[in-house]
Amino acid sequence: MSEPWEDEVEGPVKKFMFVNRKSPYGTVYALESLEVVLITAAFDQDVSLVFSDDGVYQIKKGQNTDGIGMKNFSPTYRALEGYDVEKLYVDKESLEERGLTEDDLLVDVEVLSRAELADLMDDQDVVLSF
Amino acid sequence: MKYGLLINEGPYQHQAVDSAYQFAKAAIAKGHEVFRVFFYHDGVNNATDFAVPPQDDRNITENWIKLAEENNIDMVVCIAAAQRRGLLDANEAERQGKRGDNIAPGYRISGLGQLVEAGIECDRLLTFGD
Repeated sequence: MSEPWEDEVEGPVKKFMFVNRKSPYGTVYALESLEVVLITAAFDQDVSLVFSDDGVYQIKKGQNTDGIGMKNFSPTYRALEGYDVEKLYVDKESLEERGLTEDDLLVDVEVLSRAELADLMDDQDVVLSF
Repeated sequence: MKYGLLINEGPYQHQAVDSAYQFAKAAIAKGHEVFRVFFYHDGVNNATDFAVPPQDDRNITENWIKLAEENNIDMVVCIAAAQRRGLLDANEAERQGKRGDNIAPGYRISGLGQLVEAGIECDRLLTFGD
């Protein structure tokens, strides 16, 4: 039996994929994209995130922004789980090209090849690329 | 088809907003509907009432206002992105204690939920930006 506060009107659920391609502090795209991710999750949509190209740096462990005077927003990625955002994918080639491995990342991810990511994208209703 | 457009880049610096405008016009001419245009990232700057481009150049802000009026397009500016970049409507200006407001009439300030809703409601949500 559902609790009364869970008794929401069932709306349409679409598959939203967010493709994060840019490093976290060079431009504002990563930070502002994260805001869209959280709102989309609040709308109870099927949310997944892809990190590719320099976007893999967004979830690199040990970020310290003291020297650049910007807010370190990387802890937010760890909070995604609390919003039921658990489908995080990383492009294998992008990691390798940057000398990174899954152990360098601050969240649990699934590492996929470009071909596998392409299949996954094909399956989405909305793909937003930031 | 019902389209939503996401514009992520500012005016004159980047072609994104021009491409979106040309797309919207072409889509409408073919009998499609443009349900909403959502301005995000630097795209919020397209909604400024204070731009005075040279007379022999296009006026991006006004072109959108005209197109939106004629075709009943909902033009939404992300409030968080706008506030960061100094774009305020009259209500926000008063609330934040700022001297003036600079969102052009025809654009409305709202939250990212409007972008997610466009993703849910529209057959296609197209991104214009880098």
